[in-house]
Amino acid sequence: MSQKKAHATQNLVVYIVLTIAALAFIAPLAWMFSTSLKPLQETMSLPPRWIPTEIQWKNYPEAIEEMKYFWRYTGNTLLVCVLSVFGTVSSSALVAYGFSRIEWRGRDQVFVVLLATMMIPFPVTMVPVYGLFKELGWIGTFKPLWAPAFFAGAFNVFLLRQFFLALPKDISEAARIDGCSEIGIFLRIILPLCKPALLVVALFQFLFSWNDFLGPLIFLTEQRDFTLALGLQSFQSQQGGTAWHHLMAASTLVLLPVLLLFFLTQKSFIEGISTSGGKN
Amino acid sequence: MTKEERRNIRTGLAFISPWIIGFFAFCVYPLVSSVYFSLCDYSVLSSAVFIGMHNYTDLAADEVFWTALGNTFFFCAAAIPLGLVVALALAILLNFDIRGRGIYRTIFFLPSLVPMVCLAVLWQWLLNGEVGLVNNLLNPLLGFMNNLFGTQWVAPNWLAEARWAKWGLIFTVIWGVGNAVVIFLAGLQDVPRHLYESAEIDGAGFWHKTLHITLPILSPVIYFNLVMGLIGSFQVFAVPYVLTGGGDGPQRSLLFLATYLYQNAFDFWNMGYACAIGVVLFVIILACTLLLRAFAEKHIYYAGK
Repeated sequence: MSQKKAHATQNLVVYIVLTIAALAFIAPLAWMFSTSLKPLQETMSLPPRWIPTEIQWKNYPEAIEEMKYFWRYTGNTLLVCVLSVFGTVSSSALVAYGFSRIEWRGRDQVFVVLLATMMIPFPVTMVPVYGLFKELGWIGTFKPLWAPAFFAGAFNVFLLRQFFLALPKDISEAARIDGCSEIGIFLRIILPLCKPALLVVALFQFLFSWNDFLGPLIFLTEQRDFTLALGLQSFQSQQGGTAWHHLMAASTLVLLPVLLLFFLTQKSFIEGISTSGGKN
Repeated sequence: MTKEERRNIRTGLAFISPWIIGFFAFCVYPLVSSVYFSLCDYSVLSSAVFIGMHNYTDLAADEVFWTALGNTFFFCAAAIPLGLVVALALAILLNFDIRGRGIYRTIFFLPSLVPMVCLAVLWQWLLNGEVGLVNNLLNPLLGFMNNLFGTQWVAPNWLAEARWAKWGLIFTVIWGVGNAVVIFLAGLQDVPRHLYESAEIDGAGFWHKTLHITLPILSPVIYFNLVMGLIGSFQVFAVPYVLTGGGDGPQRSLLFLATYLYQNAFDFWNMGYACAIGVVLFVIILACTLLLRAFAEKHIYYAGK
């Protein structure tokens, strides 16, 4: 009985702490949304109001108007995202297959090299990479933002390899005996079995491209070619932090597709992040 | 080598060829040329001229560089352990036998989805000295404390004061810790129940179980998160850049190595100097990762090894 009671008190404490923490984590997002609907004077009212006296949806069209190229930014971002997702999913799957379903001498040593490349920060390589793209005449185009995705990201290869290794060897053997080529096994047998893993890689890459800031900052030159992340930053620096209702409306718009995507794919998302934890 | 082995090598290499090309184009070539350019006077607009260790001796005498280096170490030393503790604590709480775990987990995870630019714009607003939400919640609390203890505390103007700007950044970053919470929670749910049960029979309490069962079993996951956190934190750029409206904060308090590298490369077109900063950054990350690995080899518990 007393043990049961102790258990109940313990759970109560856990609930209280978790709820306080949850409020702290959700409050900034709620505040962002609340500010985005307020009239300008009310954003600076003291004490702060959570629910605007009048809900001002027109902040959204106004913010879009003020950002000037909002819809172009959206189109640019989607273009970069789609090309990067296609590039990274196809190339990472090929490479992960080569690192998992074919036995070749030196494979695991080369894989260690691949893992080590995760340690190289982009800022360290960005100057020569910039020089390289300049030679190719790619500065001011979207190519520097999506072309590298076609050469397989180390992290994605790592993730897909885990999935490929978990599939039994026999299925490949059986197909080989039937005379199926390696690329045929890859395309017709392994890939269909790994759709959830491919979805996870696609999601991660989409988010990465949607969020990327440093890449667009150095490779894009014309304002109308900006991505949403860069466009939002340039909107903020022109504003100099005054029209907070518009800035919050713009931020909400940039965040919204990401949230939507998350809620649509929540399960694969959480599973993907859980397996990325380096448990092996 | 048999015929089959040779064929396997050929097929294997064919499959990984996209990565091999990328590896040379985006890793080997840039790293090697970064080291070479760091020994040059180079501006992309004109060709590189070899000047030996000049950039490095300039760096050693450059006060701004030392500020950036100090800020970067300060940020890493505060943000990495704090983030780790917050994430672990939340994951351990979520691992209790509670209802609504999925909802709590989603709430903690959501902020880590927020694009870095949105995150920074939002926190610039939250940390506003006069009308920001943080200070509006903090001021009544401080007023209450001042009444109680007769102190004179006032909430700082976070991003406008050199002393507090970094803490503003650290809060911003810790808000996005949800990724690690999900990873830790997944690790916790793999801990075999029977270990806890037998410890309970021996009369072990919560802290004892956490210290002697949970943390050791979780240690590989903690290690992985530490390494990732370290690599990410040393190259911190976007959030402070946007928080400061594209600058480096009051008295350069938000100037980090990556920021200074960016400024030299793309504001001053001093690419050789920027590469020297990059090489220093890389060596630091490499050294820290190797140190952590040496430490981990002694202290990590791998099941079945």
